[in-house]
Amino acid sequence: MVPTDLRYTKDHEWVRVEGDEATVGITDYAAKQLGDIVFVELPDAGRTFEQHATFGVVESVKAVSDLFSPVSGEVTEANAALAGAPELVNSDPFGEGWMIRVKVAGPAEVEDLLDAAAYDALIAEG
Amino acid sequence: MPYGPHAPDDRERMLAALGIASVDELFADIPEGLRSSGLNLPEPEPELQLAARLQGLAARNRTDLASFLGAGVYRHWTPANVDQLLLRGEWYTAYTPYQPEISQGTLQSIYEYESLVAELMDLDVVSASHYDGAAATAEAALMACRATRRERVLVSHAIHPHYRATLRAYFGGGLQLDEIPVVADGPDAGTTDVAALERLLADGDAPVAGVIAGQPNFYGLIEPMEEIGRLAHSAGALFVGVVEPVSLAVLAPPGAYGADIAAGEGQPLGIAPQYGGPFLGLLASTDALVRQIPGRLVGMTTDLEGKRAYVMTLRAREQDIRRDKAASNICTNQALLALAASIYLATIGPHGLRDVAALGAAKAAELEAALADAGASRLHPGPYLNEFAVTVPRARAVHRRLLDRGVLAGLALADAEPDDPALADALLVCATEVTTSDEIARFAAALREELASDGSDIPDAGDRVDRGAAIPSGASR
Repeated sequence: MVPTDLRYTKDHEWVRVEGDEATVGITDYAAKQLGDIVFVELPDAGRTFEQHATFGVVESVKAVSDLFSPVSGEVTEANAALAGAPELVNSDPFGEGWMIRVKVAGPAEVEDLLDAAAYDALIAEG
Repeated sequence: MPYGPHAPDDRERMLAALGIASVDELFADIPEGLRSSGLNLPEPEPELQLAARLQGLAARNRTDLASFLGAGVYRHWTPANVDQLLLRGEWYTAYTPYQPEISQGTLQSIYEYESLVAELMDLDVVSASHYDGAAATAEAALMACRATRRERVLVSHAIHPHYRATLRAYFGGGLQLDEIPVVADGPDAGTTDVAALERLLADGDAPVAGVIAGQPNFYGLIEPMEEIGRLAHSAGALFVGVVEPVSLAVLAPPGAYGADIAAGEGQPLGIAPQYGGPFLGLLASTDALVRQIPGRLVGMTTDLEGKRAYVMTLRAREQDIRRDKAASNICTNQALLALAASIYLATIGPHGLRDVAALGAAKAAELEAALADAGASRLHPGPYLNEFAVTVPRARAVHRRLLDRGVLAGLALADAEPDDPALADALLVCATEVTTSDEIARFAAALREELASDGSDIPDAGDRVDRGAAIPSGASR
């Protein structure tokens, strides 16, 4: 079971919303599928994204994937630790492996996202 | 690998497997009007007849000329081992292999090429090469746009016109390309107008991703690269230096004057000045831009047994993985020519390369004096390395008549820049280490006679620009 306090996208990002701030990362399942992550390209603070827009790129030894923003808003911080230690995404995807913090523009958008049970069902399908 | 063409029954089997009746059906997606209606080729000829015809065409080449033509492609002496080693069949491909790590020799040759060019450029990362200097320059401009997320690039008007045309073609899809004018007169005439650059950078509606300037520039002149780079950086733009590789043995390399990216034509490194190419696009950058540099990169590592091994690295930027989001979709490299450049550099060595550049500069000074004496003095007063423009009234006509006298008098600049009245009466000439004093004397004598027969246009000594402005020490290696 994935953490129940998060919401999920079909593209395997998670989001934790606290007030008007959201923290975004990719799920344990996504990190395992990608394999050893070697580089994460993240946006600078101040950039804004629509919901489901590409906000960055994650590169593993075998694939490169776009990262899609679960919510609309302005980036307030990118996880600087990933520049030197991208493997944090593999070792602690829901914690130290977080990617960006966003000032949420449309809190209602979160309702469109999957909850933990629905995401579990999605990955169970494979 | 044997070459086995498809026989008719092979094709029938493949068509049957695909469930289609003809090969044409595979191209059904292409609108009718865009399809070729057949090639207009002459009928086959007997081999003897064909050989005679081709020899006749080849005989129309002029190999007797004393040539002073440069303008982006340069004659140099190539040690015999370069061409001899290129004859080995193992090297005969422009491509890096699709199963690369099985071809350690090919990867090693690319790694060595990258290492040699990195040293020459004083930059961290070098791609496995591009089609030519113009393509490499355009890729450098796109790198600047990706890295800064900005969409406007400034290019010096003193960059080769073909390079600027290539940039315009690459920028046709919505990116903005503006030209920085050159200084019209005074001591800096013919170099990039730094004050104009400052104004263009400050012009607020579209922030600048990159600034491109050449060293030496198209007119052979030394540019204030450090200052151009400083201005670019203060506006948050990247700085792209377009360089001629032999000059880097004596001029400051791009890494030393703060260039983030360097591009250039690798032809002077052991590759003959063949009409129409093939050429060799050099592209290098700082480590910070490693994920933006397009094309193949080869790295050195150790295998499971601890032995040295070469690998394709950072392939994830490339089109086989990233498709339309790849760093570039035009990154076929020039492996054979990159190998030629590597063998040339390794054979001639750093001291040899410095001799090549210094000899060329000495020959060019000799050429300048001889032409001035014949009545053609320099168009621009600033320092140059081995190429410069001279003022010759009715330059195109004189250029044609000098051909009849066995002299290829460089390039009539009006052919390159037909809309620039300042260049209507100018020839761009160069000398390299293979230019002889006898050739220089032939050129000067023929030019003197042409100018004399032309009437009263020979400028007197008072109009001449002072010779021999020294290259500023900051621009030297």
